Amino acid sequence: MVDDFPADRKGNWGMAEATIEHDAVQHGASGEYEAPLFGAYSKKVGMWLFLASDSLTFGALLFAFSYNRIYTNPWPTPFHAESIANATIMTACLLSSSLTMVLAVFAAQRGDRPWMRNWLLATMVFGTAFIVLHAMEWSKLIGEGLILSGFQTILGVSKTATSGELADISKNIPQFPQAFFGLTAMHMLHVTIGVIYLGVIAFRKWFLPALAVIWIAGAFMIPSGNVFHYPVHALGIGLLVAAVIVLLKPKDYDAHDVEVCGLYWHFVDLVWMFIFPLVYLMSTKVS
Amino acid sequence: MHETATHDTKGQYFWVWAALLVLTAIEVVLGYRQMFSPVRMLEVLLLLSVIKSALIIGYFMHLKFETALMRWLLVLSVVTCFVIMYFFFFPDAERIRQLGVQ
Repeated sequence: MVDDFPADRKGNWGMAEATIEHDAVQHGASGEYEAPLFGAYSKKVGMWLFLASDSLTFGALLFAFSYNRIYTNPWPTPFHAESIANATIMTACLLSSSLTMVLAVFAAQRGDRPWMRNWLLATMVFGTAFIVLHAMEWSKLIGEGLILSGFQTILGVSKTATSGELADISKNIPQFPQAFFGLTAMHMLHVTIGVIYLGVIAFRKWFLPALAVIWIAGAFMIPSGNVFHYPVHALGIGLLVAAVIVLLKPKDYDAHDVEVCGLYWHFVDLVWMFIFPLVYLMSTKVS
Repeated sequence: MHETATHDTKGQYFWVWAALLVLTAIEVVLGYRQMFSPVRMLEVLLLLSVIKSALIIGYFMHLKFETALMRWLLVLSVVTCFVIMYFFFFPDAERIRQLGVQ
């Protein structure tokens, strides 16, 4: 297929592939270029296949959580009104971010680059708000005693409350913190990757310094006893990967890239639609 | 991509967003009121989650407007895998439920 490209398009393989495949999709061209199997361009099909496999990862975690829930009697109910209000705001943030993501795709499709950036930025703000609220909730729960032993030995988390409702849960029903932190950490990681992905699509190489500043600020500002003191370096790994992508293969991201990025973002929202009721609403005690 | 312009408008995405917020509010009210037994509550919340996920996949992720082959292949393959997981999980979960776990 590479040999079939006109000479002037060979110099930029990535763009040429995307453009020609898109033309074939749009105009139903056949003959010179093979028609796409699913009527969609290859990046989109690739992202759908990734999301299908990732949904099985989350499916397995949700099944594991549900199994824990069923065989543990009594199941703890540590989430009071404040936690549920916090999780509801987090849910609203993700749902609103999906709407702004759709608006970004619309803007990209009509070639309105400034508004595409604005809507992507709004999506990043909602996503970041979700991460911050979630991190604050984690820190509060850990401070009250809901903790995994691994947090103290591996992550060096400061000693938390040793008595009280949540400390008792950690001691007597360790499967609750295991399931809760395992599932929500996996989702939080996906949201973080999503925000970095959005930043790269919206701002390309100009996003790298901003990410570096956030990473370094986080590394210095998060105290050593906090559970996020070491995990914040995931931003450094994200920075490295993003730098490799945007510096080694510079590209002006088009409407297809925004749409594919949107698929990932909506998936992150979708997964939370199961975590919120299963993890929070099924473990609620409102008095 | 060009199908987008012919099939959907911005307005419907605001409706979908509003519907998702309303369904979330219903879930929260059910969680606060705790008007069902845990097993029934689980069934109701999962039903609402499936409706919300269908809205997200169909409209926000645009699967509703993809080709029939892509739609069916993706949905059937993922659902089949979940059904297989369910058969691993269900017999023992049902046994425990019969024992009266609350």
